[in-house]
Amino acid sequence: MTFSCLKFFFYSFFPAFCRSSPTKSILVGIKVVNLLQERNILPPGPVPAPTPCLPQDLQKLNCSPEVFCSTLTSIPQTQALLNKAKLPLGLLLHPFKDLSQLPVVMSSSIVRCRSCRTYINPFVSFLDQRRWKCNLCYRVNDVPEDFMYNPVSRSYGEPHKRPEIQNATIEFIAPSEYMLRPPQPAVYLFVLDVSHNAVETGYLDVVCQSLLESLNSLPGDTRTKIGFITFDSMIHFYNLQEGLSQPQMLIVSDIEEIFLPTPDSLLVNLNECKELVRDLLKSLPQMFTKTMETHSALGPALQASFKLMSPTGGRVSVFQTQLPSLGVGALNSREDPNQRASAKDVQHLSPATDFYKKLALDCSGQQVAVDLFLLSGQYCDLATLGCVSRYSAGSIYFYPSYHSQHNPAQTERFQKDLKRYLTRKIGFEAVMRIRCTKGLSIHTFHGNFFVRSTDLLSLPNINPDAGFAVQMSIEENLVDMQVVSFQAALLYTSSKGERRIRVHTMCLPVVNSMSDIFAGADVQAITGLLASMAVDRSVTASLSDARDAMTNAAIDSLISYRTSVLTIQQPGLLAPACLRLFPLYILALLKQKAFRTGTSTRLDDRVFAMCQLKYQPLMYLMLMIHPSLYRLDNLTDEGSLNINDCTIPQPGMLQLSVEKLNSEGAFLMDTGSVSMYLWVGRNCNPTFLKQVLGVQNYATLPLNMNRLPELDTAESTRTRAFISWLREQRPFYPLLHIVRDESPLKASFMQNMIEDRTESALSYYEFLLHVQQQVSK
Amino acid sequence: MEAAVFILSLVDCCALIFLSVYFIITLSDLECDYINARACCSKLNKWVIPELIGQALATVLMLVSMHWFIFLLNLPVASWNIYRYVKVPMGNMGVFDPTEIHNRGQLKSHMKEAMIKLGFHLLCFFIYLYSMILALIND
Repeated sequence: MTFSCLKFFFYSFFPAFCRSSPTKSILVGIKVVNLLQERNILPPGPVPAPTPCLPQDLQKLNCSPEVFCSTLTSIPQTQALLNKAKLPLGLLLHPFKDLSQLPVVMSSSIVRCRSCRTYINPFVSFLDQRRWKCNLCYRVNDVPEDFMYNPVSRSYGEPHKRPEIQNATIEFIAPSEYMLRPPQPAVYLFVLDVSHNAVETGYLDVVCQSLLESLNSLPGDTRTKIGFITFDSMIHFYNLQEGLSQPQMLIVSDIEEIFLPTPDSLLVNLNECKELVRDLLKSLPQMFTKTMETHSALGPALQASFKLMSPTGGRVSVFQTQLPSLGVGALNSREDPNQRASAKDVQHLSPATDFYKKLALDCSGQQVAVDLFLLSGQYCDLATLGCVSRYSAGSIYFYPSYHSQHNPAQTERFQKDLKRYLTRKIGFEAVMRIRCTKGLSIHTFHGNFFVRSTDLLSLPNINPDAGFAVQMSIEENLVDMQVVSFQAALLYTSSKGERRIRVHTMCLPVVNSMSDIFAGADVQAITGLLASMAVDRSVTASLSDARDAMTNAAIDSLISYRTSVLTIQQPGLLAPACLRLFPLYILALLKQKAFRTGTSTRLDDRVFAMCQLKYQPLMYLMLMIHPSLYRLDNLTDEGSLNINDCTIPQPGMLQLSVEKLNSEGAFLMDTGSVSMYLWVGRNCNPTFLKQVLGVQNYATLPLNMNRLPELDTAESTRTRAFISWLREQRPFYPLLHIVRDESPLKASFMQNMIEDRTESALSYYEFLLHVQQQVSK
Repeated sequence: MEAAVFILSLVDCCALIFLSVYFIITLSDLECDYINARACCSKLNKWVIPELIGQALATVLMLVSMHWFIFLLNLPVASWNIYRYVKVPMGNMGVFDPTEIHNRGQLKSHMKEAMIKLGFHLLCFFIYLYSMILALIND
């Protein structure tokens, strides 16, 4: 019998981030808070995730909340109880997250339940040494002979000590039964817009430069293939066959019936043809500088890419800078600039044509994912173009008003994002299945993928920055069950051509009292799921429906709490401590670019914000919805962390209100993946100005500063350590903008002050009053 | 003449019954994972317009031959079919969209709709049969 070897892979260390779980959160959850009186509801540090009320031995094996979490950590026993609580029940997962420690098991047989095909996990029960009971369907299975041996401790007869039973997150190396075809190599195709508009923005230089730098670090092995297509009103292919002295451009002008000019050598082996690829990347920006073509035939270019990639599958990266105007899939400008600040409904949030959706489904069937980079100043109908990524498990990147000279901050962000995009881990031809204990069923899915059959998600590419959410319902009452389990299994081909299965299992208790349900509510997960649900509602019904539904979610849950849990009726707006941030987060969502009305919002910006709300994993989503605000000019070493011999100060988080800002201070706002704003008050103390910003006084502070100078002072070290620590905790690179009062970015900074009143929206206190009025009716 | 009208409606109704059964079978295949969403939706979308035409034909026939009660019985179903077809959003691939069919319980609601239509068509079948026999006897 062949044997299991255990390998531990250590990735770069990601420090513990938002979702810490202190044990006293259970007791805190039951406390009642009067939101109208309690002004300081934000915790000093990151918001802790609630810990499920499980016995200690089960909870210590449970899956990390950063990877897999539920909106309610105590599952209601019946659907009636869930309906009464008026809180959504769902799961949010980040299955391919970069993990610092991931046990990998190579076993001759992967033990799975015979009927429901669940992978064996820490929450199964062993009836005796030879039989195990599945925790999802309760079927009794036999323990195979080779599972009885534990390779780690080299002992026999203790199956419960094996790594599959000791780790809720585990990766299996899959044998050949899990492959429909031999594992595909990594295949990358870059489709670049070279119309006059595109070349003018200067993005080609950045792309070619980043590719040249990252060419050796593209994930893959010796079989990796690469190809390039450029397009304007015609499609240009590049013959990179080994042996040619320079890359040969082949132009296809018949865009009505696209065909591939040569059968092979358009996608070439990267290692063999590296020199030719480098030559092409060096000459590409110069090739099109004099172009006068203004049309963009994106549809035919995508059809050509699909033809090229369908034999193998892989990833297509499309760079587009204008509305596609030629050939199939051409779009019209649907946005009315006068309606941007409309207080009523927003039109045109759904796709205009099904061409891109159909193309995405075709691509998904052939294991091709399409990633879209939109770099445009004008309307590009992202609502329609985005479909090509949404259903083929691709990602969408948006750089509004990209221009290398006029907007250098965007250029830097694009460069850093590209670097991450090209070098991050990737999985090909993946499928994911989410299984739940008998009695629970999944009814809606959120994220970028195609639902091929009832619970099978087809993901041609999986990357570490994709998050997913599902909504569940309770089909049969969960009587006689103490706990329920959920398992997400992701079967993928690694970039080295190995077929692997990453399995995450989570176990949660079942309760049948309303107070337990409320005590276990995870306010961040609920907000994340509500955001996805609201995006769906805006597209299928209308934006105002979605806004009303979000407000009603807060009101209904608080009414339900008041009537079912509270024994003494006090005046004021009472909420359980674990849901005290709920009205604040709902208000933040209502003021988000995706859902706001009355403030001028471009349609593409709005649609992109909606795409991000559905795509991002929960941690980054919460930063986008409710940015963190810190005061920087009085950082001390008190309470600081010590990581790698660096002292990292931990200033407390402030509420997002202008009242907390002080013209004598400097404040940092962290909005997640896009930017960080360092606002400097008019009367900021000169020590900070000199020691950290390197300027003599406020007047000499430049308007567009993006970098903190590396000065040798204690304050500068502390400030830079803190900002780097924040940046290291996430894989993308938020730009730092140093904002002074006259800066054009001040408006973006102030827009995030969600607790304040604006002409078109309520302040936090007014919102609470409105909610209280509805709750007391 | 009466008999001819009813014979035609009867044949039309048979066709609609077979179509409803086909819809139910295809949707339940999707539920049980025998086919995938794309195949299922393209099969069903192909038959949406023929169903619409068949139902509209039966309704118009009843209108033209002045059988008001049966006309009023058929009218809601015909108008629902037309409404459903017209209200498809521009970005969707037809009444049955493979990307949306697994969301928000759409599969269940389509199944329920097909079952109700089957029951309705069976009822209509017997009504037409009875009326046709009556008409033939009275000739």
